[in-house]
Amino acid sequence: MAANPMSQFDVYRIGPEIKVGAFDISFTNSSLFMILSTVSILLIFNLGSKKNSILPSKIQLLAELSYTFVSKMISDTAGSKAKPYFAFIFSLFMFVLFCNMFGMIPYTFTVTSHIIVTFVLAAFIFIGVTVIGFIKHGFGYLKLFIPSGVPAVLLPLIVVIEIISYLSRPISLSVRLFANMMAGHTMMKVFGGFVVSLGIVGGWLPLSFSVALTGLEILVAFLQAYVFAILTCIYLNDALNLHH
Amino acid sequence: MIKKIYFQSIFFSFFFIKEAFAAESGGMPQLNPEFWVSQIFWLILSFGVMYVILSKLILPKISNNLESRKSQILENIEAAEKQREDSESKIKEYDEIISKSKVEANNIFNQSREKAIKDIITKKEILDKQIDEEIADAEKEIQSLRRSAPNKIVKIAIETSSVLVQKLIGAEVNNSSISAIVDDLSKRNGDKYYGN
Repeated sequence: MAANPMSQFDVYRIGPEIKVGAFDISFTNSSLFMILSTVSILLIFNLGSKKNSILPSKIQLLAELSYTFVSKMISDTAGSKAKPYFAFIFSLFMFVLFCNMFGMIPYTFTVTSHIIVTFVLAAFIFIGVTVIGFIKHGFGYLKLFIPSGVPAVLLPLIVVIEIISYLSRPISLSVRLFANMMAGHTMMKVFGGFVVSLGIVGGWLPLSFSVALTGLEILVAFLQAYVFAILTCIYLNDALNLHH
Repeated sequence: MIKKIYFQSIFFSFFFIKEAFAAESGGMPQLNPEFWVSQIFWLILSFGVMYVILSKLILPKISNNLESRKSQILENIEAAEKQREDSESKIKEYDEIISKSKVEANNIFNQSREKAIKDIITKKEILDKQIDEEIADAEKEIQSLRRSAPNKIVKIAIETSSVLVQKLIGAEVNNSSISAIVDDLSKRNGDKYYGN
């Protein structure tokens, strides 16, 4: 049913069913848009880095501005120690951004509106950051859970809270992105449905809402990619520069 | 964000109750684990390939481009600075040459003026001398004329008086006696006649 605002999140198989052991890894519409996003990222940045002219072309400028934008974001939040992770954070930011933006085109599928996708990304970041923290600081990384300047009486409570907040990082990171994407797209679909059901007489109001929401959702698509990347930087900063 | 989820849950329940979609799609497609493994697999595959290509091929190129542009711009700025200094020193040279030539021109002008003035002065002196000589000559002539004039007048006076006397009296008078009279007269009234 096209009227169901949730049907836009349906995943369906494209082509034959592919099974490896007990696992179904068939090519789906979600896979299609993942590959579309990655291919367009690679295409744009390949074109943007091919020729090195002193006066950059538009596409070169785009690539270089994104490069400096992400590198500035990393150096601002995580310092110079985070330089080896630049490529990962850059890929992460671009991937989430492009998936979000592809979702803004009508009749497309939003990869990041699925909790499993965002959760895998967040879990990978969480595990990676934890591993980096333990490699850099050994068991000293556990000091992260003991904030300085806390009275000894409160310490057991604070440590428990800190551990819970640390462990909830991947959940909050993934749910934030997924929920924002899903809510925005559902809302747009609902208002679109209102336009149809209210017809030519009353449909103008939800239509204008829809137009406004489209602008808002494009902003949210960018903002959530930015937030996702910057939170990754902040977690990385915790692991690299133990401040507590 | 919590608000949004709350909002949504209201929406969902509204639609689920009204159209009974729950039976058809089983609520949120996100929570249907049917394609979870597929999504994880394709996510790791596409993201991994993209990450490898970006980090190994594309990002180093972009950073290279940025760096080379930066260094090239710096070089250009340096070259421009050098050229500016060169032109400034050249301007200084030109200024020096111009001031030198101005001084030279002034010198030449002064020299030629002095020369001209000297020429004029010498020529004037020569002319003055000539004029002085001529004036002296003329004065001498006048002097000699003046000196000879009384004698001639005396002679004329004697001859005239002898002729007059002869005509009046009809007798010849001795010239020497007349000359004595004229001499006497001229001596007495010489001052009046000659203005000496």
